[in-house]
Amino acid sequence: MTDAPPDSQAPARNGQAARIRARYRAEKRFRAYGLIAIVVALTTLVLLIGSIVFRGHSAFVQTHIALDIRFDRAVIDPKGSRDPDSLRGANYTGLARAALRDRFPVGSNRRDKRALYKLISNDAGHTLREMVLADPSLIGTTRRVWFKSSADVDSFTKGQIPRNVPESERKINDKQIAWLDALTADGALEIRFNTTFFTTADSREPEQAGIWGAAVGSFFTLVVCLALSFPLGVMAAIYLEEFAPRNRFTDLIEININNLAAVPSIIFGLLGLAVLLNFFNLPRSVPLVGGIVLALMTLPTIIIASRAALAAVPPSIREGALGMGASPLQVVTHHVLPLAMPGILTGTIIGMAQALGETAPLLMIGMVAFIVDVPQTFADPATVLPVQIFLWADAPERAFVEKTSAAIMVLLAFLVAMNLLAVILRKKFERRW
Amino acid sequence: MTTEHIVKAYDEELRTLHNFIVRMGGMVESQIAGAIQALVRRDSELAQTLIKDDDKIDDLNFDVDSFATRMLALRQPVAEDLRNVVGALKISSDLERMADYATNVAKRAVALAAMPPVKPLYTIPRMSRLVQEMLRDVLDAYVRGDVDTAIDVWHRDAEVDDMYNSLFRELLTYMMEDPRSITPCTQLLFVAKNIERIGDHATNISETIHFLVLGERLRDSRPRGDSSPFAVAPDKDAGGIDLG
Amino acid sequence: MNDMTAIYTPETVKLAESAPTSPPAVVRAQGVGVFYDEKQALKDVSIDIRKGEVTALIGPSGCGKSTFLRCVNRMNDTIDNCRVVGRIEIDGLDIYGKEIDVVQLRARVGMVFQKPNPFPKSIYDNIAYGPRIHGVAVNRAEMDELVEASLGRAGLWDEVKDRLDAPGTGLSGGQQQRLCIARAIAVNPDIILMDEPCSALDPIATARIEELIDELREKFTIVIVTHNMQQAARVSQRTAFFHLGELVEQGDTETIFTNPSDERTQGYITGRFG
Repeated sequence: MTDAPPDSQAPARNGQAARIRARYRAEKRFRAYGLIAIVVALTTLVLLIGSIVFRGHSAFVQTHIALDIRFDRAVIDPKGSRDPDSLRGANYTGLARAALRDRFPVGSNRRDKRALYKLISNDAGHTLREMVLADPSLIGTTRRVWFKSSADVDSFTKGQIPRNVPESERKINDKQIAWLDALTADGALEIRFNTTFFTTADSREPEQAGIWGAAVGSFFTLVVCLALSFPLGVMAAIYLEEFAPRNRFTDLIEININNLAAVPSIIFGLLGLAVLLNFFNLPRSVPLVGGIVLALMTLPTIIIASRAALAAVPPSIREGALGMGASPLQVVTHHVLPLAMPGILTGTIIGMAQALGETAPLLMIGMVAFIVDVPQTFADPATVLPVQIFLWADAPERAFVEKTSAAIMVLLAFLVAMNLLAVILRKKFERRW
Repeated sequence: MTTEHIVKAYDEELRTLHNFIVRMGGMVESQIAGAIQALVRRDSELAQTLIKDDDKIDDLNFDVDSFATRMLALRQPVAEDLRNVVGALKISSDLERMADYATNVAKRAVALAAMPPVKPLYTIPRMSRLVQEMLRDVLDAYVRGDVDTAIDVWHRDAEVDDMYNSLFRELLTYMMEDPRSITPCTQLLFVAKNIERIGDHATNISETIHFLVLGERLRDSRPRGDSSPFAVAPDKDAGGIDLG
Repeated sequence: MNDMTAIYTPETVKLAESAPTSPPAVVRAQGVGVFYDEKQALKDVSIDIRKGEVTALIGPSGCGKSTFLRCVNRMNDTIDNCRVVGRIEIDGLDIYGKEIDVVQLRARVGMVFQKPNPFPKSIYDNIAYGPRIHGVAVNRAEMDELVEASLGRAGLWDEVKDRLDAPGTGLSGGQQQRLCIARAIAVNPDIILMDEPCSALDPIATARIEELIDELREKFTIVIVTHNMQQAARVSQRTAFFHLGELVEQGDTETIFTNPSDERTQGYITGRFG
């Protein structure tokens, strides 16, 4: 050992040093790759969300125009009887138009009159009717009433229809622009928060369209889905995990469940169509049927997540409970299930969030119809949020563009909220063992 | 031992072992006292009783051995507990030998009672009193874990050895002067030797106590004051006695 | 010269005249065998567990001692491919008979496991669980008493009496194991089975549990499996040595550890193999 010349060690050491340097470089590279991947993902996410927000944020506000309305007794209640039927039947749209004409006299030019009337939404009459029916003492008075503007005016005010292109290329002509400027100068044109968006169902007119109908439809559908898939899924998971014997048959069941989780969702739609609609003759496009189809789709997810949560409970807890003289059912209900509950809930909520975003199977069972009423029961025709987005994306009116993005934002907000709920619930119920 | 073991049965067993030794020590004390009494009072009946009682001490010795073995097997003692158990084993062995010597004295008392008494007989009680005190003190030292008393006892054996040496010379003189006294004097020689050996065993116990309490060996050289191996019979024709 | 096999316990020294009598057998196993599929893990085990005694089962890893222990409260039933043959009687009743309710059996035969496994509930609920499901205590006051008594017997009451609502999993290892013992005795079983209860604990915690076992002996019959034979020597009155699935030797602990009859026993306890 002592006579080995020192240099004979040097090549080995150099080789060693080179390997160490190569190792450090490789580690740095690996870390860089990870960082790049995260940056790319985040950038894409930011771009995606950013473009949606950019296009949709304007849908949360809406232009309103104020007019002085004369609640003309002669028009509304000529007989003076205050009879609700006659009150309901009066020509309130005429009152609104009269107010417009008073404000901007246009003479008898039909084109000009049409352009004038198109400043406000065509539900102005409806608004006035509701006001009078609610408060008949308005008859004979003059009030300032705010109306929703028409969709084109709305787009113009939000800058989506530019001023500086030739008149033939825009939907708002110069006269209308002048009127709108005058209204703005008078303070009779305001941009307010768009409550209509959140309180009404779909409509042909963009300014009257809202997501509330689709939201309620989604809600009912999810309720049915949850009510069916959660108990069935959890009980199936408990049986398969705790009580079923381990033989070929149960292995087969497990394989099938795992496969079902990967089946494209439209297949479930076809199933719903063939069995529920054609065989059982259930009504089309109702949340009940939609919920059943989604439940079938979510069931494998819940079963798999629940089984994993149940399997994660350490066997020492089960043994401890059995050793105390608990029956197998008591072991499951008193010990295993409470401990597995965070995992089960997380899996369920994630499954529900998936179901919320499903479109294809619901299209198959007909939830693609144009529904203008907010559904009241589980058997009323309804649509769901993703389908509503799909319909609006197809609509030709320019104003629906921003509404589509706004609806996407609402859907994303729901999904984020549900996932947040999953995280909170999991933290709350988490128990150390 | 300041605090008790977490397992209380362990402490109980150590106390039992301790009590064995104490009981045995008491029995040995009374055995020695009885033997000397039988010797001095020439009481053969007492002597016979004592000889039979030796069995009880042998039984106790066996009890200590078994119990200590049991404790070693079942408790796996370490440190002071281990020294305690090993110490008890050794002390009980020393006590058993002391009892055997006392029994021997009792046997010779029976023989001596049949012969006329000789004068050196009356020195014996003084020697035995020393030894009995040593035994009593060393047992005290064991009970209290008192090393200083043990060392003191250890040193007192020198006095016992001195007394034995002078008794040895006295007996030699006697035997030379009057050949008819050779038989009883020889018996007395053995008795004296036995008592001297009892004292040596007491120093053994002192050493064991020192090790038990401190974990170290008692390092002074053991008092070996018995110079009788070097004693030479005095020359009758010369004047005076010359001891080497 | 000296026969070292005599039995000398403190009690027998005091009562030198009376001979020690053996207590009645509470568990009798005859010809017990256990199969995992076709592999035989335990062969022909016959042993008596006596009332009020601590019986230790010792032996090297995989010798079948835990398997036998788990037969006594039929915990082996939970293993799918496990088959038990032979006869095990508790107080004269065959526990593998058709009319036996396993749940009731496990209320009479409690178990403490190797790794402390308190339920992730409060300390109070841990103890109260067994009595609740077996309907032992009627109202809250009775349950409070029962919890206090059980924790007291396990030597844990003073340490936890002002935090009964704290989670059981928040205690130290030794305390958790004592909690598990308190939980087992809360339902007042006849027999307590312990599967290496101290193997996860430090020496002081182990000593406290051994002292606890000594105290519990007056009311319960205890069977303890341990791979630490010194512990078996300290804690038990009867010892059984298992090797390769067979019961090699059983007897009084003192005899086994001072003068075993079988060569294999001697080899194992002196550390010559195992």
